[in-house]
Amino acid sequence: MNLQTFLLMRHEIILMIIILVMLAAEIFSDDKKNTYNLSIISIILFAIHTIIGYLPGEQGTLFGKMYINSELTVQMKNILNIGVLIVLLQASQWLRKPENEGKTTEFSLLIYSTLLGMYFMISSGNFLMLFIGLETATIPVATLAAYDKYRNQSSEAGIKLLLSSALSSGILLFGLSMIYAVAGTFYFEQISSNLATMSHTPALLALGMIFFIAGMAFKISLVPFHLWTADVYEGAPVPVTSYLSVVSKGASVFIFTIVLYTVFKSMLVLWTDAVIGIAVATMIIGNLFALRQKNMKRFLAFSSIAQAGFILLGTVAGSQFGMSTVLYFVLIYIFSNLAAFGVVSIISYSTGKESMNDYKGLYNTNPKLSLIMMLALFSLAGIPPVAGFFGKFFLFMASAEQGYYYFVLIAVLNTIISLYYYLLPVKAMFIDTNETPIEPLKSELLPKIALVLCVVGLLVIGFASPVFEYLKEISFGI
Amino acid sequence: MIMNFEYVLLIILLPLLSFLITGLTGMKYKPIWSGIIGTVSLGLSFSLSWFTAIKYFFAYGKIDAQGVLGDTFLKLTPWNINWLQLSPTLHIDMGIMLDPISVMMLVVVTTVSLMAHIYSIGYMKGEDGFVRFFSFLSLFSFSMLGLVVATNLFQMYIFWELVGVSSYLLIGYYYQKPSAVSASKKAFIVTRFADLGFLVGILILSYFTQTFDFKELVSPEGPVLGHPITAMFMGTSVLVWSMILIFMGGAGKSAMFPLHIWLPDAMEGPTPVSALIHAATMVVAGVYLVARLIPVYAIQAPAALEVVGYVGAFSSLFAAIIATTQFDIKRVLAFSTMSQIGYMMVGLGMSGYGGHEGLGYMASMFHLFTHAMFKALLFLAAGAIIHAVHSNVMNEMGGLRKYLPITHITFLIATLTIAGVPGLSAFFSKDEILVAAYHHNKFIYYIQLFVAGLTAFYMFRLYFRVFWNTEPHYHHTPHESPLTMTIPLMFLAFMAIFSGYIPFHDLVTSDGKALETHAEYIVMIPAILVGFIGIGMAWVMYKKETDIPDKISQSLRGIYTTIYHKFYIDEVYMFITHRILFRGISQPIAWFDKHVIDGTLDGMGKTTELVSDRIKGLQSGQLQKYAFVFVTGVIILLLSVLYFAA
Repeated sequence: MNLQTFLLMRHEIILMIIILVMLAAEIFSDDKKNTYNLSIISIILFAIHTIIGYLPGEQGTLFGKMYINSELTVQMKNILNIGVLIVLLQASQWLRKPENEGKTTEFSLLIYSTLLGMYFMISSGNFLMLFIGLETATIPVATLAAYDKYRNQSSEAGIKLLLSSALSSGILLFGLSMIYAVAGTFYFEQISSNLATMSHTPALLALGMIFFIAGMAFKISLVPFHLWTADVYEGAPVPVTSYLSVVSKGASVFIFTIVLYTVFKSMLVLWTDAVIGIAVATMIIGNLFALRQKNMKRFLAFSSIAQAGFILLGTVAGSQFGMSTVLYFVLIYIFSNLAAFGVVSIISYSTGKESMNDYKGLYNTNPKLSLIMMLALFSLAGIPPVAGFFGKFFLFMASAEQGYYYFVLIAVLNTIISLYYYLLPVKAMFIDTNETPIEPLKSELLPKIALVLCVVGLLVIGFASPVFEYLKEISFGI
Repeated sequence: MIMNFEYVLLIILLPLLSFLITGLTGMKYKPIWSGIIGTVSLGLSFSLSWFTAIKYFFAYGKIDAQGVLGDTFLKLTPWNINWLQLSPTLHIDMGIMLDPISVMMLVVVTTVSLMAHIYSIGYMKGEDGFVRFFSFLSLFSFSMLGLVVATNLFQMYIFWELVGVSSYLLIGYYYQKPSAVSASKKAFIVTRFADLGFLVGILILSYFTQTFDFKELVSPEGPVLGHPITAMFMGTSVLVWSMILIFMGGAGKSAMFPLHIWLPDAMEGPTPVSALIHAATMVVAGVYLVARLIPVYAIQAPAALEVVGYVGAFSSLFAAIIATTQFDIKRVLAFSTMSQIGYMMVGLGMSGYGGHEGLGYMASMFHLFTHAMFKALLFLAAGAIIHAVHSNVMNEMGGLRKYLPITHITFLIATLTIAGVPGLSAFFSKDEILVAAYHHNKFIYYIQLFVAGLTAFYMFRLYFRVFWNTEPHYHHTPHESPLTMTIPLMFLAFMAIFSGYIPFHDLVTSDGKALETHAEYIVMIPAILVGFIGIGMAWVMYKKETDIPDKISQSLRGIYTTIYHKFYIDEVYMFITHRILFRGISQPIAWFDKHVIDGTLDGMGKTTELVSDRIKGLQSGQLQKYAFVFVTGVIILLLSVLYFAA
């Protein structure tokens, strides 16, 4: 191994360096007030890291194919980086609040740690590596959920996340051991080649696969493994919730799709049925819960469950087109969901108002925020010409191409239901009147940059066909 | 040598640019700047168009791609992009086609538009929506120019609709006035209804011919006309049906009976708009459309061309009769426009393709050109009159020749022109149409001859009532308009006199080859005579206030009121839409929508709400319950997968 091969891990290495630098800076600075400046520096470092991610690099494997670096994994990490960067920018205003004094650096450190776990998870070529990455990604998130540790709800969220993910990890690990029992190896490549030689699928392997699916479904919060989501999303601070609902979910979907497409490609018939069943349940239950929410944060959290069901439309396709639609949708979803969360958090930090009724007449006092919110909700609902429409449209196409017409029909019906609740806040903001509307707000520079990034993404990505073409080029199918 | 005509794109894009600039930033600076921007951009388009016309007609129009000079004007395509590929053979393009009629129309549109722009700077001064007015005017000019240079039917259709929208916006310019609002809606709905026929016609035609492209469609040796379509529908070939439907679109825009009802109401718009859109350019789009497709009409669908001729003749007679009874000067001019467009349609209807058969085509295009000039002049002069006396009604006018000398002279020139006085432009063009009719269809010829007399009568009735007759009491002395308004009048008067001497028979013919024409006295002399009879009758009845008009209207009371109410066509429409369509069809459908469809959807919504309420117990907050659900989920999934695997 030499320096050249090490550079294959540039994402991980740079992120680790940032973590170490921040840790050292945190330890050696004894001025409590400076911690905010430190978090600014960390954002700048991360922005540089994000840009470096886009520089062209070489592809290859490391550690005896435990670690895989391909154009696909690089772009997946880049997509996550964009999400994390926006979350960090949005969180900066919240981190300045007096109750967060003294622990601002921890926030970014913990985020970086989970992101590091996700990197390893995405790049894994071996189930053990995947599991380690997964755990590295999960445990700091539990800490993050309990970030407001003096608030009961927040610490409850942390402990609930920890306990439930212990259960899911246990089941996942159990499944992996069964797979090992049948295939005799943890390497993705070898498992799939061993499976290809078998004349029929052993029941034990099917069991292992189901356990694996359940474990991943927990991370993506798919029904019926999603119940932790509501409590954790509600209890955790807003930036953590937006991180969980976007970045964490995206990373899990990525590796879930990769594993299904590589390791279990010979069992396509088995897992498509299972995944379709889960997806349908997720869309329906997620929608039904989102329908009732009057609190904007809970509303966005539940709608993100339904969105995860839609992403599976691309996974189920099992084609190159299918995988590219997953990447494309997650990219767009990052922009739309974070734009919505951005507006909600700005209003929540400045006024403490989170109810949908408080948003009535927002357009009269804060036209820009309302317009951004409207764009974001249109994108989530899939209304053209915003990017979300193209994302959803391609997902539907990928699934329809493989002949899953009923599945697509159910998804379309669910889109209609989602239209209802996505338009409720729009109606509140633009049509309803309010005697005590939210006063005109002035947001800080960094959250503003985050919102501008989101809006540009929302408006441009749908029409910029090279983006999708490129993602399609680097994707692979079964 | 081959001329590169690519710059023609600029002629079209300049008004678009001016529309965007004035529309987006117009409120930021003084209103007058919008007028200047619009006028300057149009002025550039105007110069380029004349330059193109001279270059095309007199130097490069007959030179083909190899640089060989032929005897035929060619259809050049200096710029074209493939916009939407619908099937391997069918595609929608956006492009520019130059041939004699499109080049001629470029000149007509930019000339009249420039005059309207200059005139409006004076006429619209101090109006609230000055900026809005100019940006819409630019939008219209852009759309109309895009329409005339269209390389294919679909591009034409797109710009056709854009023209309709700009017309709608400009008719409704005084949107505080309820009558203007309803007039704009009426114009839009009626023409839209006609455009439905146009669209269906395009679809049928393209389905059978697999092309939208004009060049392919109209080339007589080409793939379309070379292989006649044999499909039939209700005893007539589908091609005839599609051509009749396409003509329906043209009839809507050109206000042909029975789709003419919007044009008189459209006079609610500002007068420069009436001059530009509702006299010179947009309303002749229908004529232009038929002219574009004349080989298809003449060779493959003569039955459809017959329809064009008869509709044109009837409309021209119908409108001329109504014009004799109207008192609103703009409405008289509106009916006169309809009547003159009827003439052009007759010209096309009496035309064939190629050689001397195509005389009607040449005459029609000739008349389109001269009419654009003198009718724009009439409207702009009418605007100057309205500007001076603040009224549209001729009863409140009289003796104005003393106060408005320039307006008087120019108006008189235009009136003499339209009356067909020898030597002036319309004399030549109208004469050619009559010659074509004389050789093709005697019946229509006599109608048109009679209409020529009527035209002279009602126009001189208008002239004498306004400029002679008894002077009413004016609240304040009328005064001549500013220079910005009189210069366009003088320019157009010049065009009205001399545009008849342009050798159209050499330049604009159905097959692009020069045509020999010679004076036919058997047609010319009666035409001159009826013209002078009409003028003479008007002189006797209206030069001084007499009781002859009252006596005539008294003795023919029934007929007179029918004509005065425009033959009650508006009332017929009202009856059909309100009594039959709204009550008989719309209301039952509305009921079905409200009760059955809404009811079903409401039911679905309520069910969703209910289920959503029922399952909220699942989210209890207890971790052990979550774990239970989790494990149950795994087991169910497992059982179902194993079941399917087995």
